[in-house]
Amino acid sequence: MQAQSRTRELLIALFLLGVLLLTPPLLIVFNQATRVFGVPTLYLYLFVVWAALIALVAFTIERRGAAEDLGEADTEAPGRESSPITGAASDA
Amino acid sequence: MLSGPVIITVAFLYLCLLFAIAYYGDKRADQGRSLIANPSIYALSIAVYCTSWTFYGSVGRAASTGVDFLPIYLGPTLTFIAGWFVIRKIIRISKVNRTTSIADFIASRYGKSFQLGGLVTVIAVVGILPYISLQLKAISTSFSLLLHYPDIVMPTSSASAFFLQDTAFYVALFMAVFAILFGTRHIDASERHEGMVAAIAFESVVKLVAFLTVGLFVTFGVYGGLGDIFARVEASGALSRLFTIDGVAQHTSWITLTLLAMGAIVVLPRQFQVMVVENVDERHLKKAMWLFPLYLLLINIFVLPIAFAGLLMFPQGGVDADTFVLTVPMKQQQPLLALIAFIGGLSAATGMIIVETVALATMVSNDLVMPLLLRVGRLHLSERRDLPGILLTIRRVTIILVVLLGYAYVRLIGESYALVTIGLVSFAAAMQFVPAIIGGIYWKGATKAGAVAGLTGGFLVWIYTLLLPSFARSGWIAQSFIENGPLGLAALKPYALFGLAGLDPIAHATIWTMLVNVGLFVGISLVTSQSIIERSQAVQFVDIFKRSADHGRVWRGRATIGDLRQLLVRFMGEARANAAFARLEGVRGRRLYDQGPVDSEIVSYSERQLAGAIGAASARIMVASVLREEMHDIDEVVQILDEASQLVVYSRQLEQKSRELEAVTTDLRAANERLQELDRMKDDFVATVSHEVRTPLTSIRSFGEILRDNPDLSPDERQEFITIIVQESERLSRLINDILDLAKMEAGTSEWHMADVAPKAVIEQALAASAGLFPKTRHIAITSKIADDLPAIRADADRLTQVIVNLVSNAVKFCAEQDGWIRLEAWREAGFLRVDVTDNGLGIARHDQAKIFERFQQAGNTLTDKPQGTGLGLPICREILRRFGGDIWVESEPGKGATFSFRVPVAASSAETGAATVVAASA
Repeated sequence: MQAQSRTRELLIALFLLGVLLLTPPLLIVFNQATRVFGVPTLYLYLFVVWAALIALVAFTIERRGAAEDLGEADTEAPGRESSPITGAASDA
Repeated sequence: MLSGPVIITVAFLYLCLLFAIAYYGDKRADQGRSLIANPSIYALSIAVYCTSWTFYGSVGRAASTGVDFLPIYLGPTLTFIAGWFVIRKIIRISKVNRTTSIADFIASRYGKSFQLGGLVTVIAVVGILPYISLQLKAISTSFSLLLHYPDIVMPTSSASAFFLQDTAFYVALFMAVFAILFGTRHIDASERHEGMVAAIAFESVVKLVAFLTVGLFVTFGVYGGLGDIFARVEASGALSRLFTIDGVAQHTSWITLTLLAMGAIVVLPRQFQVMVVENVDERHLKKAMWLFPLYLLLINIFVLPIAFAGLLMFPQGGVDADTFVLTVPMKQQQPLLALIAFIGGLSAATGMIIVETVALATMVSNDLVMPLLLRVGRLHLSERRDLPGILLTIRRVTIILVVLLGYAYVRLIGESYALVTIGLVSFAAAMQFVPAIIGGIYWKGATKAGAVAGLTGGFLVWIYTLLLPSFARSGWIAQSFIENGPLGLAALKPYALFGLAGLDPIAHATIWTMLVNVGLFVGISLVTSQSIIERSQAVQFVDIFKRSADHGRVWRGRATIGDLRQLLVRFMGEARANAAFARLEGVRGRRLYDQGPVDSEIVSYSERQLAGAIGAASARIMVASVLREEMHDIDEVVQILDEASQLVVYSRQLEQKSRELEAVTTDLRAANERLQELDRMKDDFVATVSHEVRTPLTSIRSFGEILRDNPDLSPDERQEFITIIVQESERLSRLINDILDLAKMEAGTSEWHMADVAPKAVIEQALAASAGLFPKTRHIAITSKIADDLPAIRADADRLTQVIVNLVSNAVKFCAEQDGWIRLEAWREAGFLRVDVTDNGLGIARHDQAKIFERFQQAGNTLTDKPQGTGLGLPICREILRRFGGDIWVESEPGKGATFSFRVPVAASSAETGAATVVAASA
């Protein structure tokens, strides 16, 4: 049961991580006029983070069980994610 | 080798190949073996996001500001990581509602609002124009450059040339035709365009391969790898500033560009088209979530190396950085590579123009023109059968117009902007849709008024902070508009509104438009309320994963299934309409007969089918027209209310009528009672007359028999009896005379000799005549008091005499036995002659006072007391006086005598002015 929503949680976590890593102020740390492996630091950093994010998303989505996990979550287990929305509905 | 004909032939062959792919894609779709039902194709089609902007513009941007071309691709990556929650929700909602465009989506969410759909369409068309112009500029520039190979000659400003000699004009025309052939080829242009998507996916491969080829050649062919390029840049000194981003302005810019791109990837009309409308299966999104970002990463790897290569190769400037992808291979004498780059750029531009114009054309036809035409009742459009043709025509005209407007924008702004800057203007416009969409799918309380206010406000600020300044830069508006603000108001400077200076214009505009847009959207939503249909749509959108599409449908049914089938046939054609109904039959597991009544499920199903063809707003109008007054939109609810209030008025009238009727009935009942009373009185009358007549007759007969049977009666006795007989006969004849008299008067047949009469003489004469009536046995004093100034009256003198004699004889009969007296008074009283006859008799009981003027009605008990007179005197008096225009009444208290009074109006001839009116009034 616990694994069912893992994929969703991982995706949300990756999204937040991406926002954090790819925008200032964290960007400023790597905003240096030096080169690493012959490549400007910021440039390298951005592409490495970008590639890593893509790889992690691919891994999260394509690993075994993720399909059922994602598919089921909205058809058969509405109770889990719907409770806050139901609350909103009664407010509206 | 690169002559004009060669370039044109290659380009033409490439476009033919595209067309073949599209044709094949459509063929496969018709066979039911979809070419694009594949997550990789889906991801590649989304890469239509990468246009000339990416292909040429990114390098230009990188050459001037370094790495900040990247947020445009990082933003979509972030959105796609969260895509399973946001994009999939939009896809699901759109599939359920059969949404055809972004305008349709927003209109649908806010109560299938026709106004909102139109507003979104207008914003989209105006906002996207710069973006299309960017593509046209890129193609014409690259074509002109290639034409001069091996020289590198920057094309002269197109604004100076006559448009017929302008390459960009022909490029625009060609693109428009191409888009029409692609997007509006089918008669059923309504649904998805599988062939187009297949071609777009192919184009994505072409542009990626072309760009990577150029990138690899530059990096590893010309230079010794990435490190070599960056080392040379660092060595050159000045250029190494591009390695970093600096200052608050650039950080703000970075954030706003990321945000713009995050939104644009979803709300740009063409992205919505390929990602949502053309989506075959929402599970494809899963692979696209990482494949599309990967595509973006690959196509961006060599942007910076190419940019630096260009900067290193053309250190003296003079070559537009936006053309480095082409000019660097040209500089290296690589015609084939240059041609590959050109084809790559062409594919990037054509893909964008085709999908964008088709998406805009769908919006314009479905959400702007059709609803307008359908609302013009005169056209009877809803009854025409050639609607698909009309739809296609509208779309084709729209495509041509949009492309030509894009061309006009290119000429207008000329060379004053880099490609990316032009594109960002469009991004900022598209961004205006984000609050309405995100708010719409997650917040049920968002109202139509809020969405309209937010969109309008944001769009106006966009015009002010981005569109107008671009006009100013091109010289259409005075340059001082930017530098000093309008009319010199520094606070209103379009690039530094209210003193928000020091920012990049795009970041500045994004901040202000979003502030206004989100502020108005949320604020107005909080203070306005939703209509019924808005509310049901809101719930359906927000709770799409929990509810079926048919929930909250406000509908009542009367139309038949046949009506709906006909409607679908008209818009979708026989075959597809029947197929749609067959599917529904399959789902419901029973046959749908044309005569059958529709239920809400069939109605919403039909409406969704139709929405796929003509958009939600139009579909709603059409279905409503078939169901006749059965859809509760607001107009109709108002109409129903009108009808209801008319009913209320009507029922009030009815109520009043029935009240009047009741009153009449009461009158009638009273009249009826009176009639019954009269009838009873007539019976009484007959009985009384018989009784009255029989009494004297009986005594006459008795005395007659005595005289006949006793011949030996003494003469005295005989004399006495004969006297009685004579008296009784007189009484009898008097009675009969009275009856006849009254009957005549009541029937109006008696003769009247009306004349102006002097009453004093008549009264005195009548008193004299009455003297004979006084019995000798009793002493009765009679006094009279007659005024001298009695006016003349209009009357019959004999009748007047009769009245007075009657009253006096009455008084004589009833006055006191001892010391009886009678008083007669006559005087003038406000236009009347008034006569009172008073006696000191027994008086008349109150309940008898009205009765005594009826025939044969005498005060007291007529059965026990001996009747005094005929009982007709007073009725005769009343009849006479009424004839004269007067009346008669009695005032009496039992035991204190009675006063009979009558009055007669004064004759008109002798009346003074005051009296005359009284006569007239009483007449």
